[in-house]
Amino acid sequence: MTAFPADSTGRQGQRQISDRAIKWIFITPTLILLILLNIFPLFYSLYLSFTDFSAITKDPPVWVGFANFGKLLNDPQMWKYFATTGRFAFLSVGLQTLIGFGMALILREKFNGSGIVTTLILIPMMLSPVVVGLFWKLIYNPSFGIFNYLLGYTSPVGAPDWLATGNLALWAVVITDVWMWSPFVMLLCLSGLNAIPDYLYEAAAIDRASSWFQFRRITLPQVMPLLLIAVLFRTIEAFKSFDLVMGMTGGGPGDATELVAVNLYRMAFQGQWRTGQASALAYIVLIVIIAISNVYIRNLNKIREG
Amino acid sequence: MATIELRQVAKKFGDVYAVKPLDLTIADGEFVVLLGPSGCGKTTTLRMISGLEATTSGRILIDGKDVTWKHPSERDIAFVFQLFALYPHMSVRQNIEFTLEAQNVSPAERTQRVGDVAKLLEIEHLLAQRPGGLSGGDRQRVTLARALVRRPAAFLMDEPLGALDADFRHTMRAEIKRLHLAQHATTVYVTHDQIEAMAMSDRIVVMSAAEVQQVGTPHEVYHDPANLFVARFIGSPGMNLAPGKMADGHLLLAGGHRYLIPAQWRGTLSQVAGGEVILGFRPEAATVSDGGSLAAEVYANDLHGAYAVLHLSLDGENPETVVHVRADRFAHYPIGQSVRFDLNPDMVRFFDPNSGRALRTQ
Repeated sequence: MTAFPADSTGRQGQRQISDRAIKWIFITPTLILLILLNIFPLFYSLYLSFTDFSAITKDPPVWVGFANFGKLLNDPQMWKYFATTGRFAFLSVGLQTLIGFGMALILREKFNGSGIVTTLILIPMMLSPVVVGLFWKLIYNPSFGIFNYLLGYTSPVGAPDWLATGNLALWAVVITDVWMWSPFVMLLCLSGLNAIPDYLYEAAAIDRASSWFQFRRITLPQVMPLLLIAVLFRTIEAFKSFDLVMGMTGGGPGDATELVAVNLYRMAFQGQWRTGQASALAYIVLIVIIAISNVYIRNLNKIREG
Repeated sequence: MATIELRQVAKKFGDVYAVKPLDLTIADGEFVVLLGPSGCGKTTTLRMISGLEATTSGRILIDGKDVTWKHPSERDIAFVFQLFALYPHMSVRQNIEFTLEAQNVSPAERTQRVGDVAKLLEIEHLLAQRPGGLSGGDRQRVTLARALVRRPAAFLMDEPLGALDADFRHTMRAEIKRLHLAQHATTVYVTHDQIEAMAMSDRIVVMSAAEVQQVGTPHEVYHDPANLFVARFIGSPGMNLAPGKMADGHLLLAGGHRYLIPAQWRGTLSQVAGGEVILGFRPEAATVSDGGSLAAEVYANDLHGAYAVLHLSLDGENPETVVHVRADRFAHYPIGQSVRFDLNPDMVRFFDPNSGRALRTQ
């Protein structure tokens, strides 16, 4: 029905830019950004971690071998920061898992307005961590914060100052982190729970399984892959935690909430400008995270294969 | 084993009846098939017996005990799901064992009982595998094993062969029937496949539009359908139905054919007001012969292998008046040819066109 010449000009029009060229036009900007902002810094910082470079001096980097790594790993203070980070990650991810999974179990039952409730619950994780840190600082404020009031303290006298008390500050940060990120765990668990077909529960009811037995033998194993992914993501994030803590405590009081990432920031940018050493620390954190992730992923695969 | 009794059991979704009040008593060890087209309420009935679906009204008794408001787990029944419903994250052994574990049966007895059913169903070599990798037939065997290992009071099966290949269905049909006979287990079986129902059941409950149409043995349902629905639904092709009007001992059919009413029916038919009835006969009730009393024109001709089915039109080209007649597979009947046939007087049935119900000889 189409005239032959018109058809061929149409094809010529397409040939002016080939599919291949279009692909490259779309990919190139992203590729350039990725190389400049991710890949180059990744390798440059690896190089810097073996030098004594400082970003505010004009001196060129001098190769010092493993001196930065040796210094960091022999520093007891650094081990303490890692311990604090580990404790923070354990408490925070643990509570997020429990609360997130619990909320998912509740929201899995459809009730009037469950859609709206789910959306509302998701709001905290959409906020900026710095903003969250700032307003939780106000919530924890010993003189006018609502947190102590909700705990039953009617007067600031004798009420705990969460962010200024050594053994409470880490808990304060954990509570805030749990408030912010439990919804994330809930979201993944909820999609996992919704994917479990009803007939499995029908079969289990016929098989005379109690609710607890059904939960243990059907719900938990079925939701486990997604739950583990949520835990993996949260663990990685917890080890990198910086903005929330920086906004709330800045690592204080003393070094009670000095997480590795906070210390890293201080080392790299605040007064010290020890770029080489900070790069080495960043690589240590990276190796720790990769190691932990591997443990999780191995478990995840084990669960998937059974 | 147990009896199952449904008393005025009904199910409503909103204002619509999925199952209208239904009475049914199933004897101990009986194999009853609920048969009907999709959406007729047969699966809902089965699910109400199992407790997976709550009844809107009526009472359900298993072994004389009222279980209407009992949870499925308290009814001592096994349910075989159409789509197998095996636990995907467990091995075949764990799937079968699940119910025993849920009831705290000792590990030694568990192994023993799983071994027994696995041997019975010849799935011993599959016990370590996951259900995901099994063929449809093997999955169905595992589902049956899971039901059998319970030693329940009754088996409920929801189209257990629906997801299988046609030729494999034959094999499994025989296996289920043999299992039933060996276990002497009360079984309620749902299917839309009338051949399955005929082959397996002691009694068939034909359902349509949320109502029971007929309860009877396969023989009764086939030869003495209670109404026009059953007559059409059972059989492949279904019963031939030819409306006619009575005139001096004959039935006047389409195309002006006169069918001499058999002696045993005259009394019944003479009392029908208006004189209009529907003549029903199975394809095998007709015998093609040159001296036959009825004549028709060949409309189409199907060879079924062992026999042929002739589509005969009573009134010219009108497809509404086609009847199906069993014929010799070696004879040749070209389309358009005129054929004469007779009906076996013991195998004809009559229906009231207004109520649709079968008429009975007096």
